[in-house]
Amino acid sequence: MRIVVLVKYVPEPTAQWRFADDLTVDRAGIEGRLSELDEHAVEQAVRLVEGGLDAEITYLTVGPVRAAEGLRKALAMGGDAGVHVEDPAIHGSDALATSLVLAEALRRQGFDLVLTGMASTDAEMSVVPAMVADRLDAALVSFASALTVDPQAGTVTVQRDGEGAVDEVVAQLPAVVAVTDQAGEARYPAFRAIMAAKKKPVTTWSLTDLGISPDQVGLAASCAVVTQAVPAPERQAGTVLVDEGDAAVQVADFLTTRGFL
Amino acid sequence: MSEVLVLVPGAADAVRSSTFGLLTAARRLGEPSVVLVGPDDPEAVRALGEYGAAKVYVADSPELAEYGSVATAEVLVDLARRLAPAAVLLASTRLSKDVAGIVAVRLGSGVLTDAVDVRPGSRGPVVTQSVFAGTHLVDSEAVRGPVVITLRPNAVDPEPAPVPPAVERVEVTVGEAARRVRVVSRTAKASSGRPDLSEASVVVAGGRGVGSAEGFAVVERLADLLGAAVGATRPVTDEKWCSHEYQIGQTGRTVAPQLYLATGISGAIQHRAGMQGSRTIVAINKDPKAPILAIADLGVVGDHHVVLPRLVEEIERRTQ
Ligand SMILES: Cc1cc2nc3c(=O)[nH]c(=O)nc-3n(C[C@H](O)[C@H](O)[C@H](O)COP(=O)(O)OP(=O)(O)OC[C@H]3O[C@@H](n4cnc5c(N)ncnc54)[C@H](O)[C@@H]3O)c2cc1C
Ligand SMILES: Nc1ncnc2c1ncn2[C@@H]1O[C@H](COP(=O)(O)O)[C@@H](O)[C@H]1O
Repeated sequence: MRIVVLVKYVPEPTAQWRFADDLTVDRAGIEGRLSELDEHAVEQAVRLVEGGLDAEITYLTVGPVRAAEGLRKALAMGGDAGVHVEDPAIHGSDALATSLVLAEALRRQGFDLVLTGMASTDAEMSVVPAMVADRLDAALVSFASALTVDPQAGTVTVQRDGEGAVDEVVAQLPAVVAVTDQAGEARYPAFRAIMAAKKKPVTTWSLTDLGISPDQVGLAASCAVVTQAVPAPERQAGTVLVDEGDAAVQVADFLTTRGFL
Repeated sequence: MSEVLVLVPGAADAVRSSTFGLLTAARRLGEPSVVLVGPDDPEAVRALGEYGAAKVYVADSPELAEYGSVATAEVLVDLARRLAPAAVLLASTRLSKDVAGIVAVRLGSGVLTDAVDVRPGSRGPVVTQSVFAGTHLVDSEAVRGPVVITLRPNAVDPEPAPVPPAVERVEVTVGEAARRVRVVSRTAKASSGRPDLSEASVVVAGGRGVGSAEGFAVVERLADLLGAAVGATRPVTDEKWCSHEYQIGQTGRTVAPQLYLATGISGAIQHRAGMQGSRTIVAINKDPKAPILAIADLGVVGDHHVVLPRLVEEIERRTQ
């Protein structure tokens, strides 16, 4: 069985983010990393194989040259190979264009099960998995907090964590499953695993390799344009007091003044 | 004026304030038409009309619940192709993210998620999003439509604008693609009897600093006194001091109440992402350097185990 995990290389969440002149996130100037939410998807793939599933794990990323570091991090956690789609024309792609590139790369790679994170920690849209699934005519299950695969039946059974209810969902393979951070803690790779990951194969594809023309992606193909990006209005500086036994009374007074009591 | 399609995923959602906010936002862009999934409950239709839904398209089939997001997306896609709406509006929920993604691919439209504001622009809707953990506001305009927008709860205050809604039933055919995913069982999460977290006007939230399930119980007592919803950070739900349903932040719920009272919460960026939109913030933390104190309107450097029980007592005394 072929498992492909979609992993995104994102700006370090704790860094000071900036906009570049074209109003995209300035990725060049900020340290990057494998999205922490995608590590949960990597972890689930590795656990499936450790649990006895006969599968080969490939990681797929669409991103700048440095995104290869994200693939290495994933490979250090486990799995077999990486695919990096890298092309200058991709810069500034929106979710629709990114999903096109991911879908074409998946088509070329071949897959039975695609695992993704629940959201990218930079764009935070949670729409790419649905878009990829729809383009590939594959089954879609998002917000999975647990999953099991039955290769004989050709199904994946998922616990889907929705608002207000938890569903048990059965999807036919091929399927795209987006996993949440509730699925299980991602492992820290050991030093030896990090060294071993350096020898695992990583293939790089360009848009030409995928039969995508540059005008289908990037800023120019975007379905929406950013017209303005400004700092949010500063919150008015508040009062900070140190409790000397009367803080509860002061909080209650504050709540009364503001009409909450 | 062109229609704006508004997804209401169930009759129960028709009477929620988040739906009224969605309809209020839709009215700025055109004439709101609701796509109601489920039976055309008269009470639901009346409530939708109250907030300006001139048209209610009813998609009623038990299969929609069984087959989930793809089937629902297909209903919207069919209608959008027929009506060429100015926009498709959905509440920012987990279901709607799937639906938004599929609808955008099928219509080849732009999708803008977690909007905090929408308004008409020269080319079409202008959408404001809050990014970088709430530190920046970004305006976008869709250049290919109909744009699909998901709106954050409490982003737009509901304003009534009564109209008599015309109801039209639409055909539901669940296609082969939708049938590949089947819901085999559904377990409703236990209801706390408290206000819904996303819509609550007051939220009392506890973090790791509450120390234990007992420490969290005081958070719940204070919430009940204030008629508030209860929130928590990820470590608290990981420790099972409360249900995961209460988690606020990047991977939990987004809230924007009038008052957010945080205790034992450091204010990590992933937590702030889910509560930064709160109108007034009160925070109690024993560490004067905790980032949450920097965004609080009133910050207390103090011990949760001392301040919270006293606050409960003080409020009980005042509200007796
Ligand atoms: C990808 C990703 C997604 C995440 N998503 C979320 C999310 O959705 N929601 C979320 O909350 N977190 C999320 N996190 C985790 C987040 O990064 C923080 O670890 C978390 O928010 C910290 O929770 P906390 O404030 O309760 O704990 P801590 O950071 O440990 O803070 C505890 C605070 O309590 C104070 N304290 C201790 N004892 C007392 C006392 N007796 N009285 C008063 N104060 C006391 C301490 O001074 C400290 O400031 C995510 C992390 C990642 C990587
Ligand atoms: N550029 C990318 N490369 C690889 N995977 C991606 C990329 N963008 C999004 N994804 C996947 O899609 C998920 C959801 O992303 P998003 O819709 O942007 O929140 C992520 O967790 C990733 O698994």
